[in-house]
This record gives sequence, structure tokens and C-alpha cells, in this order.
Amino acid sequence: MSTNKEAKAEFDAAPWAGKTKRYDIVKEGTIALVFVFVLTVVLSLIMSSPDEPPLTFKGWAVSNPDNLYATAVQELAGTSGTATYGGPYNNASDGLNVGPLWLQKWAGVTHPIDAANDFVITPLSTQVLAPEIANAVATWKSAADSQRQAWATAYDDAITKVEGKLSDVAVGAYGPVPVLAQGLTDMAKSGALDAALLSQGGFFQTDNTKQILFFGDGAYLDDAGTAANLQGGTWGMMNETGRYPGQAWLWLYSFWYQIPPFNNGESKPIGANADAYIMVIMGLLSLGLILIPIIPVIRNLPMRIPIHRGIWRQYYQSQGIKRRKM
Amino acid sequence: MSQMWTAKLRNKWQKELPIEKLLPDDQPAYVSSWIYVFGVLTLATLAVIIFSGIILAFQGPAWYHISKTGKFVNSLHFWSVQLFFVFMVIHLWGKFWMAAWRGNRFATWATGAVAFIASIATAFTGYLVQTNFDSQWISFEAKDGFNSVGVGAWFNVTNLGQMLLLHVAFLPAILGVLTVVHVLMVRKRGVVPPIDSEPSPVNEASK
Repeated sequence: MSTNKEAKAEFDAAPWAGKTKRYDIVKEGTIALVFVFVLTVVLSLIMSSPDEPPLTFKGWAVSNPDNLYATAVQELAGTSGTATYGGPYNNASDGLNVGPLWLQKWAGVTHPIDAANDFVITPLSTQVLAPEIANAVATWKSAADSQRQAWATAYDDAITKVEGKLSDVAVGAYGPVPVLAQGLTDMAKSGALDAALLSQGGFFQTDNTKQILFFGDGAYLDDAGTAANLQGGTWGMMNETGRYPGQAWLWLYSFWYQIPPFNNGESKPIGANADAYIMVIMGLLSLGLILIPIIPVIRNLPMRIPIHRGIWRQYYQSQGIKRRKM
Repeated sequence: MSQMWTAKLRNKWQKELPIEKLLPDDQPAYVSSWIYVFGVLTLATLAVIIFSGIILAFQGPAWYHISKTGKFVNSLHFWSVQLFFVFMVIHLWGKFWMAAWRGNRFATWATGAVAFIASIATAFTGYLVQTNFDSQWISFEAKDGFNSVGVGAWFNVTNLGQMLLLHVAFLPAILGVLTVVHVLMVRKRGVVPPIDSEPSPVNEASK
């Protein structure tokens, strides 16, 4: 049996000694190139391509100012998604894990973000401010950390209590926080926050990390993603805006987010760490794809399921080769 | 003379992959199925992707937002990527059902599979550098996956500059090298013979 297998492997590896035919691969390649180019041009002319304009902080401040205001308070209080994220932005949490592997934590803080300063105080400090706001910034900067925390947390709690309805917030000891949040919202309405967040006092900048994370802390980006059917629970990673095909090749990655326990954030340990588990699973499956030729059972599937009889139908017929029983 | 590295490399190349093997004008008779077309279609589409990508690179990532010509070239890039994956996936499935790794062709399969994964990474970074709402959304969502396994510490999907450089330089270079090695291996080893085929007097006589 093993001798037959060895002989077969030797035959498969040896240069083909059987019947051949003329085959012009350069001509084939040229025809393929022309065909594909023409097809691409036709698709481009008829279908164009997606290009939904990017969201801006100005747009957020105009369409939902209360949400931007409340998000600014969360940044100051340290309760926003970014402020509590963990690596690679800060040490606020250990991040996700896969069993004993705390890779997110171990990778450390490589893109440090201080949400209160980077998202609120520093952008405000780049502006020529009205006296009231300038005083609020100065008060915040000169206060002790514990005092800042007390003001911002009290105000954040008060806003949460009235479910974001700012006009219903009870009077309290909020220090400069309401003025800072209003100042940032007004700054965003003017369009100045977009540039200030990117530049952070510099000139050349190509890193949008802070803008993207600040966007994600509020409802504006999330609502836009839901409206465009891009949420992870609806195969969002492989969708595209409008009626265009997206990254369909990510279907397997998106698939895991649709099924339990990965789609249940409350389920421990897997659901609560779904991002990490799915990345590991996809890494293993990718490795599996590369190693298919040496994986038992899977490597024999092509021999057991006779799709090859259709692929090489002409050859089998001409040679009178019947299918072998496995 | 024969000890020279250059001479050794040349001799090995000439022995393993002579020009007749690199550019053959005949193929085994069994190379007669539409499935064989999808490999060359994948390569042809990659050429269109590179062509349209180079034009976009010369004009910068925001060009297509403000120019009709830019939008058209962006559309060429977009649709050629879509076609590329369609052709490549069909090619990949075809090679799976042909068990194309037989006969010392493991490396041919492996380079193809790694090229497929590299293509996904290249396309993914392309979606991140569209500088539109889609790239905002994808970068925000995708960061969690990469961060969760520590990769985000070095591969920051919200950093446009990093993603742009990876998309137009590093990843295409990796994909290009993999593609060249893959094709050279196909030429060196030849097209895998049909499952259950064997040497026979009919084969030999009919040559």
C-alpha cells in the first residue's frame, strides 16, 4: 500500500511524460488582461464607487449637541470608552484575554491618550477663548486631580440620571465642567475642533487616532454606522456604504460575531472577550489553510468527493480512467 | 569559478527553471478546463489593481473626492479588487478540489495561501485609507480586534499615515514577491496531473 502511495507521489512529482498540446500562455495572459481591463472599465462607468463623506465634529455638534456635550463630560470624568479602554491607549483596564493570555495588557501602552486633556483641555487651549471659558480652563488646570474628578464625576452622574436631558440636570458642585463642555461644543460647531484634535499643536499630522476614538465615545458615529447597516451584529465588517459590495472575503471573520457565545457580551469567558477569541480562531484557521496539504482527512477530501472528475472530464474520458474507490 | 555564488545561483536556476519551463509553448493534454483560466485572470486583475493604484498614489488619497477623473480611477481600483477576490477564490477552490499540492507542490499551495491572506490584509488597509465615512467606521470597529491580541500596539488602524504606507508600499511588495514565487513554482513543478492519472502506454504513444 505504502509502495503504491510512494509510486503515485513520484509520478505526480515527475515531469509530465504523457500527451501534450500547444498552449500559448502569453496569448492567454494578454487576452485575460484585456478582458479584465474592459470589464473593470465597464463596471466603473456603470456603477462608479462608494464615497460617503466623512463625519465631522462640526456635524456632530450641529446635529446632536447634547450628545457631544455629554461625551465631553465623560472624557473629563474618565468614564468614556477611551478613558476606560486599556492598552494600547492607557492603563485604565487590563483589556481582553484568551485564557491565561493577556496579550492586550502585555503589549503595553504604545499610543498614550489622556482623554480629558487630549480631547477637551488641549483643544480648548489652542483657541482664543471667551473670558468665562478661559477661566474654566485655568480653574481646571490649577485644581488637584481629586477635585477635578469630583466635579466631573458628579456632573457625569447627574447627566446620566436624567438620561442625557441637559435641561433637567440638578444644580450641583460641578466646578468648571459645564463651561468646559459647552466651550468644547461651541468650538466643535465652529469647525475648529476637527483641526485642533488632529494637529494637537503640531503642523504635519497623519494620525487620526484621537479623532476616531473621540467619535466612538459618543453616539454620532455609532448611529451613523447603524443607519448604514454596518454594525458588527449585522455582518458589518464586510458591508460597504450604499449598495456596493464590501469586503465579502471577511465573511468568515464576521460570521463568528453572529453566533453564540461570541455575540453575547455577557457570556464569560468567550463572549466578553469575543474580539480576542475570534482573532485567535481566525489566526488558527489561516494557518490551517496554509497547512491543508498535511492535515489528515481534509487533504483527502478532494479524492473522496469527485469534483475532480468534472474538472478533468475530457482527460478521464479520453484515457478511459474510471474513478478509484477510496 | 564554479565556487562563485553567482555561478552557483545561475547554474541552479538554469537547471531548475530553464527558459523552456518558464515560457513553455505546450502543456499536458489534461490542462483543458475553465478552472485553469482563473489563475491567469487573478494575475491579470492584479495588474489592473497595480495600474490604477499607482495613478491614485501619484494624486494622493483625497483626489478622488474632488475629481471626476479621480473617481473613475478609484472605481477602477475598487472593481478590480472585487474581481480579483472573485477570481482568486475560484482559483483557490479549484486547486483545493484538484489536490494541487500533490507531487512536491506543498510550497506552491502554501505561497498561494499566504498570498491570499496577504491580499486580504492589503485590501483591508485599502478600505482604511479611503478617507471617507467607511474608513472612519472600519478603523473604529477594527481597532478592537487588533488591540485585543496586542497587535494594535504596532498596527494602528486609526493611523492614516501608517495604513497608507503599508497599503501602497509594504503589503504590495509582500504580495508581489509571493505572487512571483508562486508563479515560478508553478512553472518549475508543472501543472499537477489529474487525480487517479497514471503513466500508460496510451499516454506515451500519443505524445
